[in-house]
Amino acid sequence: MQSIGDALGLAVALVLSGDPDLLEIVLLSLRVSLSATVIACLIGLPVGALVAIGRFRGRNALLVFMNALMGLPPVVVGLLVYLHLSRSGPLGFLGLLYTPTAMIIAQVILIAPIIAALSRQVLEDLHTEYADQFRSLCLSRVQTVQALLWDARYSLLTVGLAGFGRAVAEVGAVIIVGGNIDHLTRVMTTAIALETSKGELALALALGMILLIIALGVNAAVQSVRMTAARQAYV
Amino acid sequence: MFARTLGATALALTLAGAASAQEQSILVQSTTSTANSGLYDYLLPIFQDKTGVQVNVVAVGTGQAIKNAENCDGDVLLVHAKPSEEKFVAAGFGTERTDLMYNDFVIVGPAADPAGVGGMSDVQGALSQIAEKGAMFASRADDSGTHKKEMALWADSSVDPTSASGGWYRETGSGMGATLNAGIGMGAYVMTDRATWISFANKQDYQIAVQGDEDMFNQYGVIPVNSEKCPSVNVDAARTFADWLVSDEGQEAIAGFKVADQQLFFPNAPGN
Repeated sequence: MQSIGDALGLAVALVLSGDPDLLEIVLLSLRVSLSATVIACLIGLPVGALVAIGRFRGRNALLVFMNALMGLPPVVVGLLVYLHLSRSGPLGFLGLLYTPTAMIIAQVILIAPIIAALSRQVLEDLHTEYADQFRSLCLSRVQTVQALLWDARYSLLTVGLAGFGRAVAEVGAVIIVGGNIDHLTRVMTTAIALETSKGELALALALGMILLIIALGVNAAVQSVRMTAARQAYV
Repeated sequence: MFARTLGATALALTLAGAASAQEQSILVQSTTSTANSGLYDYLLPIFQDKTGVQVNVVAVGTGQAIKNAENCDGDVLLVHAKPSEEKFVAAGFGTERTDLMYNDFVIVGPAADPAGVGGMSDVQGALSQIAEKGAMFASRADDSGTHKKEMALWADSSVDPTSASGGWYRETGSGMGATLNAGIGMGAYVMTDRATWISFANKQDYQIAVQGDEDMFNQYGVIPVNSEKCPSVNVDAARTFADWLVSDEGQEAIAGFKVADQQLFFPNAPGN
């Protein structure tokens, strides 16, 4: 257990040193995973809302399918995206493999189902509560979706954070489509995998601690936005 | 649905990707030992200062590196499995293969040396003895250059270790570093290239048990990817890089790379 103490010391020293390489890796991690979360929300929230208020044949099967997709293995998503973006694949002409864009695409596929499935549950519960009111107001489907999304915005922030957490912590997909290229596609998780394979266990653990702090920071930022908004709503 | 989402997202993001693409950069599909030991961190700045060509490295096992290059996802291949490399060139994926440098493989084991192979140089004899005693042995089992070599050595020793897979023979299916971590964790012997071993930081009580057999020779080669198969290849920059590596200057740079005062790679390009 020597290395946990070493790792703590290393993590503090790394952060204090302001190492430019570390900063680059941290910023890329944030850029990739935050972009992926925003795009996944743009896809997942409307899908979740439509399924939440919709009544159609095969709905139950769709729900099971959506929920199952939350368990997509990152390595499989990585392979799927690799096969599409590889020069020999159908989208190879775009030249996107081994770029941050490829990493964003992989993470969007990974977390859009999580956001769709979780938001579907949140919005469906809310919809059941307000269904009579919506009907008496004769709202269109789009208006209903808008009202639901706005009303559930704080719960949906947590849904978004769940997606971000999954994205920023996964290594299986980004290491395949990003390639862990130094100064280009290296993020926190792939750097941790690399240091582990070099036997630098304390350094790997130190990077893991820094990743945890970043996740804490993002969650704290979202929380403060939520609290500020809630306070203003009551003034 | 996935393909469509993927396509739409890709198209939406292409502009951003295209704008940031460098004018002169190449991608090297490489074995892991050269990257993990720090060789590229030492070599590439020298090359980039001289030529202005940005070199990006994807470090994976030799088998996967060759597959990626066959998919045209790279400009230069730098690996260590000569028969597979020659097949790659013969199939038209590479223009030509050049010997670049060498070092050797070693078998590392715990200080207790349960198979009693410490100090042996006859690798086939050592492997037979490990099998006979049923001492734990951790194998890459990932079609990497090191794994291919290990399987060839087992065949030379007339032992089929895979019949004991899950018993004393443990197939990790992982990279060199991960296999060393796992092997050291379970007290198993591991075959590794010397460069990875010298620069490996989690050695614990492990030391080199078997070394010095000429069958443990480890040759690295460099191959530019063929633009006839892969039109996306940056031909000039790939050529420049491969030529520089085998030039007097590149070879001297390789010889100058040291970890813990030990030279890890010995240049042996023809004509030098």
